[in-house]
Amino acid sequence: MTATAEPEIGRARLRKEDARLITGQTTWTDNLQLTGMLHMAVLRSPIAHARITNIDVSRATSMPGVAVVLTGEDFAAEQGSLPCAWPITEDMKAPPAPALAVGQVNFAGEAVALVIADSAYRAADALEAIDIDYDELPVVLDMEEALQDNDLVHADLGTNKCATWIFDSAEAGAGTNVEDEIASAEVVIERTFKQQRLIPAFMEPRSVVVAPAAGMYTVWSATQIPHILRWMLSAVTGIAEHKLRVIAPDVGGGFGGKLQVTPEEVLCLLVARRMGRPVKWTESRTESMLSAHHGRDQIQKLTLAARRDGTVTGLKVELLADMGAYLRLVTPGVPILGAFMFNSIYKFAAYRFVCTNVFTNKVPTDAYRGAGRPEATFAIERMMDELAVELGMEPMKIRELNWIKHEEFPFNTVAGLTYDSGNYEAATARAMELFGYEELREEQARRRAAGSVVQLGIGISTYTEMCGLAPSRVLGALRYAAGGWETASIRMLPTGKVEVITGTSPHGQGHETVWSQIVADRLGVPFEDVEVLHGDTATSHKGMDSYGSRSLAVGGTALVHAAEKVLAKARTLAAHMMECDESDVEFAAGSFSVRGTSTVRTLGDVVLAAHVAHDLPEGMEPGMDADATFDPDNFSFPHGTHLCATEVDTETGMVRISRYVAVDDVGTVMNPLIVDGQVHGGLAQGIAQALYEEATHDEMGTLTTATFADYLVPSAADLPAFLTDRTTTPATSNPLGAKGVGEAGTIASTPAVVNSVLDAVRHLGVRDIEMPMSPERVWTALQGRPDEGAGEVAAGGLGSIDAQGGQS
Amino acid sequence: MIPAEFKYLFPSTVDEAVRMLAEEGEDAKVIAGGQSLVPVLRMRLAAPTALIDIGGLTELTGVRDDGDSLLIGAMTTHYEVQRDHLIHDHALLLKLVTDTVADPQIRHRGTFGGSLCHADPAGDLLAPALALDAVMIIAGPGGRREVPASEFFVDYFTTALAPDEILIDVRVPKFTGWGAHYEKLNRVAQAWSIVAVAAAVQVSGGAISAARVGLTNVGSGPLRAFEVEAALVGQPASAEVISEAALRASAGDGYKDNLARVLTGRALTAAVAG
Ligand SMILES: Cc1cc2nc3c(=O)[nH]c(=O)nc-3n(C[C@H](O)[C@H](O)[C@H](O)COP(=O)(O)OP(=O)(O)OC[C@H]3O[C@@H](n4cnc5c(N)ncnc54)[C@H](O)[C@@H]3O)c2cc1C
Repeated sequence: MTATAEPEIGRARLRKEDARLITGQTTWTDNLQLTGMLHMAVLRSPIAHARITNIDVSRATSMPGVAVVLTGEDFAAEQGSLPCAWPITEDMKAPPAPALAVGQVNFAGEAVALVIADSAYRAADALEAIDIDYDELPVVLDMEEALQDNDLVHADLGTNKCATWIFDSAEAGAGTNVEDEIASAEVVIERTFKQQRLIPAFMEPRSVVVAPAAGMYTVWSATQIPHILRWMLSAVTGIAEHKLRVIAPDVGGGFGGKLQVTPEEVLCLLVARRMGRPVKWTESRTESMLSAHHGRDQIQKLTLAARRDGTVTGLKVELLADMGAYLRLVTPGVPILGAFMFNSIYKFAAYRFVCTNVFTNKVPTDAYRGAGRPEATFAIERMMDELAVELGMEPMKIRELNWIKHEEFPFNTVAGLTYDSGNYEAATARAMELFGYEELREEQARRRAAGSVVQLGIGISTYTEMCGLAPSRVLGALRYAAGGWETASIRMLPTGKVEVITGTSPHGQGHETVWSQIVADRLGVPFEDVEVLHGDTATSHKGMDSYGSRSLAVGGTALVHAAEKVLAKARTLAAHMMECDESDVEFAAGSFSVRGTSTVRTLGDVVLAAHVAHDLPEGMEPGMDADATFDPDNFSFPHGTHLCATEVDTETGMVRISRYVAVDDVGTVMNPLIVDGQVHGGLAQGIAQALYEEATHDEMGTLTTATFADYLVPSAADLPAFLTDRTTTPATSNPLGAKGVGEAGTIASTPAVVNSVLDAVRHLGVRDIEMPMSPERVWTALQGRPDEGAGEVAAGGLGSIDAQGGQS
Repeated sequence: MIPAEFKYLFPSTVDEAVRMLAEEGEDAKVIAGGQSLVPVLRMRLAAPTALIDIGGLTELTGVRDDGDSLLIGAMTTHYEVQRDHLIHDHALLLKLVTDTVADPQIRHRGTFGGSLCHADPAGDLLAPALALDAVMIIAGPGGRREVPASEFFVDYFTTALAPDEILIDVRVPKFTGWGAHYEKLNRVAQAWSIVAVAAAVQVSGGAISAARVGLTNVGSGPLRAFEVEAALVGQPASAEVISEAALRASAGDGYKDNLARVLTGRALTAAVAG
């Protein structure tokens, strides 16, 4: 009855990886126990900027179980500099980035010494016995002050300015000149927004194990990027790439936070080489917050030019982006990814984007879910609301007036991209209907008229974003060091079972399930007969890993191409076996048949014939395996309409989301359950930026949100029941029609929430409230008082703790 | 997240626990549910030389009826408090407060006594203990002594307990038939109160005959809002009376002062309603 079986594509299958993930049947990196394994603990600087004048390790070295205590001096000759793969401009300033500080520390949390001991406990104990003298230097925290260059993060660079990157539509030939549009505009809106610093807060802390064996090194790491890591570890340490095997076992979340080549990965490798024994390092949550890269942290100045009828004409974006103290893997490029998205779905005639990257004495920033695109979407959606307010227009009307109509695709944007497909009208109509937009507006009017304590706000975010990173030629043009292709292999086993090898590196997304669905669909084999292998450079020798919502659109396409190669060869062999002309062979539901006859060979028959190779057509190689690599021509562009209703308690400042509708167009959906999961999680993180999360520092540069008691990650209890739905306009850039869904929820939701809160209180004289919109900030704004900085965090339980060493 | 080394002791009677505390000296600590102490140990904010685990002292768990009052064993978990019939009937406020503490996992381990001894000003059980005139029954080398809540909470994370003493029971007078409510403002479910207000009121014949109001996380310890209570007693249980009385919860113009007033009004309104 296979003919009537439910199609695999679009089927809401439960994730096949979950059973082992949630019942303790997998081996996370920290669970690995190797014979003779040593444990590494990292002492971290409690000071944000200082010269190290002395390190005394004698006490620590003599403590029980301690094998050795190592400092930056010990590694000076071999640790190289941590890689930055994205030098965005020719003259970008890039300071050396040692894995272990040598002579100077530049952020609180930077690694300054290592204890290697026979247990994690003894290593942690010995950290406290290392004595370090610091000679403190002035701390640079504020980006605008940093640009004055009075105090320098890296004196050798002579400036705190890292680079300036510009896109100008007139120069690029993609539009008119923005200054002309501003000069001739009927309305000009200027606003400055702050994108606070966020911490990715993946569930599984980072962990690394390195085992040396006869000149070969096996590196296990809780990473998103085993393939890039292997390449970069080789480049940094000089260990030949073929002597390195990198394994990313099951990994518990990343959100971009594990798109990194970390100091600890390099150090574990160097220590394992030095000691000739396996070494493990696993971070604590606080250590993670103090040293794993952070995200966002921009100051965005926008100037929008428009006509009185609401037509937008020009957009100028001037960004300051905080790099932190060093450039990590893609640190400088993250804000640049946003450059193509500020214009969003609107038809601006002119656009100019200028981004200045700045060094400060803080944890380096880098990719965090959305990476550049949430910042852009936030800014433009806030500006569209500001324009609507200025003109007294309904905020959805002003969007409708300016967006690209569905019949205008493909559309060349003012930022130089070609949006292949989309239908903003359809997504919006569905969202408005689900939301009950008109009724909520009426309710809002009633509450305003009654002066209710709890006011109602409605926020809109009509967004698009770019996924499917990325066409290699575009990455090259942006000076990124690698390509953006992806690879897949299919191994047809003699029993007819299938092994799929992917170059993507899932860390919670559910690739094993979806990749199995794709193969089952294409080859007509049962879903259960497919096993997906990933994350081990010995089985999956090449790949560009997972980030940027690329895995399905790029890696899934490679898999489709590999399946096509299998079928093409199988068809030739089937024709040979059935003694017919290849053009008479039909393939359906996993079987080949000769048109108009009852002669049939299953794919399994053909695969076995290829395997035993007793009778193959002239010149055909035995076996039925296939490899494919796909390099996309274009990005893919998910879009959608998110509507958020918030209730704002004007007496306490508390914000509660009362309704949230997300209608996303992510192209053709492989598995709606997984798509919903990605949307829900994405919404949680975007809402968290709007309302809850913020990494803050005291004036000494100490992170004051180094625990989950201070850094507020919301849980299901804090979030509404999301109403989600989809419209579907398939992507034209890949045969699956898939656009990507990993980041959409995060990108879209932040401005929907913020616009909603402001909509609730604007009539009370509030013009803006910084994120996160804590109850104290909202209340303060309602009092007409200036924002004094960070919102109130109840100092319960732990209070804030200082940036102290490693395991403590 | 690895604590410094410590000695672990597991007494089976209160007397043994007290003796161990004395023997181990100033740097020994009692561990109850561990929900506040373990994080502190793991972050090495404290490094006691010995932990005396009172989890085996079954005599310290459960709620007993003691005539005019209830005796709540220090080791009674939040979960048990939430479900105890005596507490529900005679000290409803404690149940309602405990419902808001942390999450189910933590409520299964964390204890009523541990919360009071930890004395986190943002901890939820301090203000109701103060408002309900709870009395701490303490065991030490010199025998037993009783300390009223008003003298027990000294400062941030500081109580009247000496290092060699253990809280064994908490005596709470019966408030049978009183209306109660806990109005808590926190940012996410697992976060502590920014400010919260515990209120219990006795209404007879439409008038307020008695009232208790305690404030969480407004000062360095719990505060009793005596002026609010005084403004209520003998007055009709009306919205006007409540909003006027609530203004006396705090005089300042800061955010927390505002919350103290607003949440007091809301807590009282709800307490009066049921
Ligand atoms: C994530 C999280 C969220 C939380 N949220 C809240 C919240 O919203 N509201 C809230 O009120 N609490 C909250 N708590 C704290 C929780 O209620 C704890 O249970 C409580 O603070 C301490 O109780 P415990 O039994 O775990 O004490 P422990 O952690 O074992 O001990 C705490 C302190 O009290 C001392 N101590 C304990 N018992 C005795 C005794 N009988 N005699 C003498 N000294 C003693 C210990 O020596 C220690 O110093 C939260 C905790 C966590 C981990």
